[in-house]
Amino acid sequence: MTSGNFILVVLGMGAVTYICRWLPLIFFSRHSLPEWFTHWLDMIPAAILGALLLPELVMTGHPRHIELLRPESVAAIPTFIVAILTRSLGWTVIAGMVFYGILQYWFL
Amino acid sequence: MMSRFNKPHNGLLSPLILQGITAGWPICLGYIPTGLALGLLSQKAGLTPTEIGLMSLFVFAGSSQFIAVSMISSGAAPLAIIVTTFIINSRHLLMSSSLSVFFRNSGKAVLSLFAYGITDESFAVNHSRFNEGNWGISQALTVNHVSNLVWILSTIAGSYGGQFVPAHAFGIDFALPAMFICLLIFQIKGFAYMVTACIAGIAAVIFSLFISGSSYVMTASILAAAIGAWFHHRSKQ
Repeated sequence: MTSGNFILVVLGMGAVTYICRWLPLIFFSRHSLPEWFTHWLDMIPAAILGALLLPELVMTGHPRHIELLRPESVAAIPTFIVAILTRSLGWTVIAGMVFYGILQYWFL
Repeated sequence: MMSRFNKPHNGLLSPLILQGITAGWPICLGYIPTGLALGLLSQKAGLTPTEIGLMSLFVFAGSSQFIAVSMISSGAAPLAIIVTTFIINSRHLLMSSSLSVFFRNSGKAVLSLFAYGITDESFAVNHSRFNEGNWGISQALTVNHVSNLVWILSTIAGSYGGQFVPAHAFGIDFALPAMFICLLIFQIKGFAYMVTACIAGIAAVIFSLFISGSSYVMTASILAAAIGAWFHHRSKQ
């Protein structure tokens, strides 16, 4: 790819990404929202986190397929417990890394 | 009344910035291996460190950058790359919408600056903190921009010397999933939220088997949030 084309790609990628991040922020912070919409928005973080997390834990590979027993999925269980007990982001991340690090060798 | 200029500082950094860093360091930790990997990949695809640095600066979206690099590698047309990027990153529409409720009193300039840094991870952390209360635009911007800086630097570093870094050390690949796990726990404020997260997760897994690309995240989220909202408010009808 020529560097001219590359600049075009980067600017284009940047523009479309930024629009997605900017438009709702500008629009919704200025306008009052219908109640059903705010109820729906209230559930969005839990939904997004679930939708991001589960595939990360139980799916792998090309082509994508389900693999229930992986270091990620097994490490998630004690990590969840640490999260519930400590409610601390730092401790959960560290614990998760430790559990995963150990399990990586186990699964090898 | 103490004006903000009289408030004692812990040295160079304002307390607000420190709060942002305290909240956002797990993101930075998670971005390092991913950024290094992207940098390495981009170098193999023939991009210079400057080029990947520019992409990280302008886009700041890991998954779309990975795919863009591989598309560049296989000679795809610029328009195809841009359209693909839009589809992958469109889920940020949801995140931005979700955050907008906390910005009712913010000016356009601040909003425009904050918008730049909305990523899966910064969204999850900032939303969680705003919900708890005691979180402001300065802290939120700090989260965004500190992690942004780490991201840009990691991708550039990876381009220079990713091959020298031992991969997968210290379980660091699990830093982001672990962070998401904790933030998910914070979001389970009631049974309906747990239902929502479970449906979203299962739907995401199923959809991802049938839909190529990453639009499954948004589709699953929209669906699960709708079901969860109905479930949560059905008794109030």
